[in-house]
Amino acid sequence: MTENRHAALGLSDEKVLEMYRTMLLARRIDERMWLLNRAGKIPFVISCQGQEAAQVGAAYALDNEKDYIAPYYRDMGVVLRFGMTTQELMLSAFAKAEDPNSGGRQMPGHFGQKKNRIITGSSPVTTQVPHAVGVALASKMQKKDFVTFVTLGEGSSNQGDFHEGANFAGVHKLPVIIMVENNRYAISVPLKKQLACENVSDRAKGYGMPGVTVDGNDPIEVYKVVKEAADRAREGKGPSLIETVCYRLTAHSSDDDQRQYRTEEDLAEGKAHDPIMRFSNYLKELNILTSELEEKMQNDIMAEIDEATEYAEQAPYAAPEHALKYVYAEQEEV
Amino acid sequence: MAVLSYIDAITLAMKEEMERDERVFILGEDVGRKGGVFKATNGLYEQFGEDRVIDTPLAESAIAGVGIGAAMYGLRPIAEMQFADFIMPAVNQIVSEAAKVRYRSNNDWNCPMVIRAPFGGGVHGALYHSQSVEAVFANQPGLKIVIPSTPYDAKGLLKAAIRDDDPVLFFEHKRAYRLIKGEVPDDDYTIEIGKADVKREGDDITVITYGLGVHFALQAAERIEKDGISAHILDLRTIYPLDQEAIIEAAKKTGKVLLITEDTKEGSVMSEVAAIIAEYALFDLDAPIKRLAGPDVPAMPYAPTMEKFFMISPEKVEQAMRELAAF
Repeated sequence: MTENRHAALGLSDEKVLEMYRTMLLARRIDERMWLLNRAGKIPFVISCQGQEAAQVGAAYALDNEKDYIAPYYRDMGVVLRFGMTTQELMLSAFAKAEDPNSGGRQMPGHFGQKKNRIITGSSPVTTQVPHAVGVALASKMQKKDFVTFVTLGEGSSNQGDFHEGANFAGVHKLPVIIMVENNRYAISVPLKKQLACENVSDRAKGYGMPGVTVDGNDPIEVYKVVKEAADRAREGKGPSLIETVCYRLTAHSSDDDQRQYRTEEDLAEGKAHDPIMRFSNYLKELNILTSELEEKMQNDIMAEIDEATEYAEQAPYAAPEHALKYVYAEQEEV
Repeated sequence: MAVLSYIDAITLAMKEEMERDERVFILGEDVGRKGGVFKATNGLYEQFGEDRVIDTPLAESAIAGVGIGAAMYGLRPIAEMQFADFIMPAVNQIVSEAAKVRYRSNNDWNCPMVIRAPFGGGVHGALYHSQSVEAVFANQPGLKIVIPSTPYDAKGLLKAAIRDDDPVLFFEHKRAYRLIKGEVPDDDYTIEIGKADVKREGDDITVITYGLGVHFALQAAERIEKDGISAHILDLRTIYPLDQEAIIEAAKKTGKVLLITEDTKEGSVMSEVAAIIAEYALFDLDAPIKRLAGPDVPAMPYAPTMEKFFMISPEKVEQAMRELAAF
């Protein structure tokens, strides 16, 4: 018999269903984007597939009305929880003027939305770690009780900005949570060629913060450790490093072919650990999710995605000369 | 009006802005208890405490990156790079991040941050404590680069930089810190970023320069005046984006232009100034554009013979001005 593991963490049945829906929504949006890419309608996709449990589990452990997040390019599950809509994600995929992330200036996956405290990001990896630490410094200086949550991949944990940012946060005991979504590949380079230590979380000791490695395919487990880290941060006890181990179910991006460097067995193992299937089974075994409810959820999600895709496809691009705007602060034309 | 050194004017600007706006804070290496290796933050730790004058770990990318994060949140960080030469580990944060935050977010986020750094040679600083690094950043739209030459300008421009809603690199000539003194009002004035300033009116030749070069040109102008040569001197003050209008006007005024930088010549800020003049004022020129700059070697050597050879000086400036006048 499956044990209920969420109730003890204060998660209601409604809440875990909502988490499941958010995971499923992220997966289905991502799948739609691949279809649109292969149909020649959008130039680029970079996926969240396989990492939805870690993203959604973590995001639900935060306060989405006051915490700040500095997501990396796979974090569709995180930004959905923080208020970005399906339509907004599609506007970004189609690079349309209404895209709240960048107005069509950046590739998809480069999230940013001030009203939802989603800090704008770039393509050079790991630059967001010092930014999150800076926001956390502001939180401490201004005596606010929000925490800042930043994510990156395991390959990115080799960058200088990871070490510089984590060390700064450790020295100044700042309210920041650094979560490494370890999907075992940095494009084509496997974990063992990226890290000399066993776990990314082993590095936490060097920055004077707790480090923990958890199963990134289990949203409940991720929720638990991120909640603990958020509580610690809010109590003034400083930063935490969390490593969520998962599988990358797609190629690095729509421009990559992972069959060149991953074996059939490796890919099959990833599929066998699919967090969506696993969480669905957990909820069904506890009679929280029924097949009927799941089907309704699927139908609602597909209708939402259809509508968003239609809207985004029809939406206008920015005018060409809009490329000249917003280099510096400027007076808005009357 | 008080007579202050260049560095005291900088300290005063930060002190006034920190008193005026509690969002303003300082972060950098040795800026706290020590007051900075050049003493630019002297007394600020005692006045504002360790929470607003933050001694950071020795890691330049974090100094820039943490500042960027705090600025995006809405604070007004002043980050100090101990020497401009050591800004290189932070280039990714400055160029890929600070410069592009507003543009890439379609005006949703911005980065109101100042990065101060002492630059320049003539202080026996050798290769890595003497460089002029401004050209590295002077083709990055989204950044502003300010290099004041006088204590008056230093205070007014630094206060404007701190209040600016976009990232400003503020380079201070380290030899000017105690060498250059001048009158600095106590009042709360700012100087508009992006505006060059005529430091001397003249009719025969035009000198366009910035930083210490302004003082060398002013000294040389006094000497050649005795021989009847009248020099017009334009101080760029903001070297990115350049004040094109002032450059074109100054070039047209005399038709003979000398451009001076202590940076290495090729690809320097003066290359762009020369291009602006060539593009907009070519037919007003009576002589080819002349440039005086450091030689194209990696950086300034330590030994006094070679350092002197590399550096511009009042004598070299005077000679170049006389040659141009005689053309």
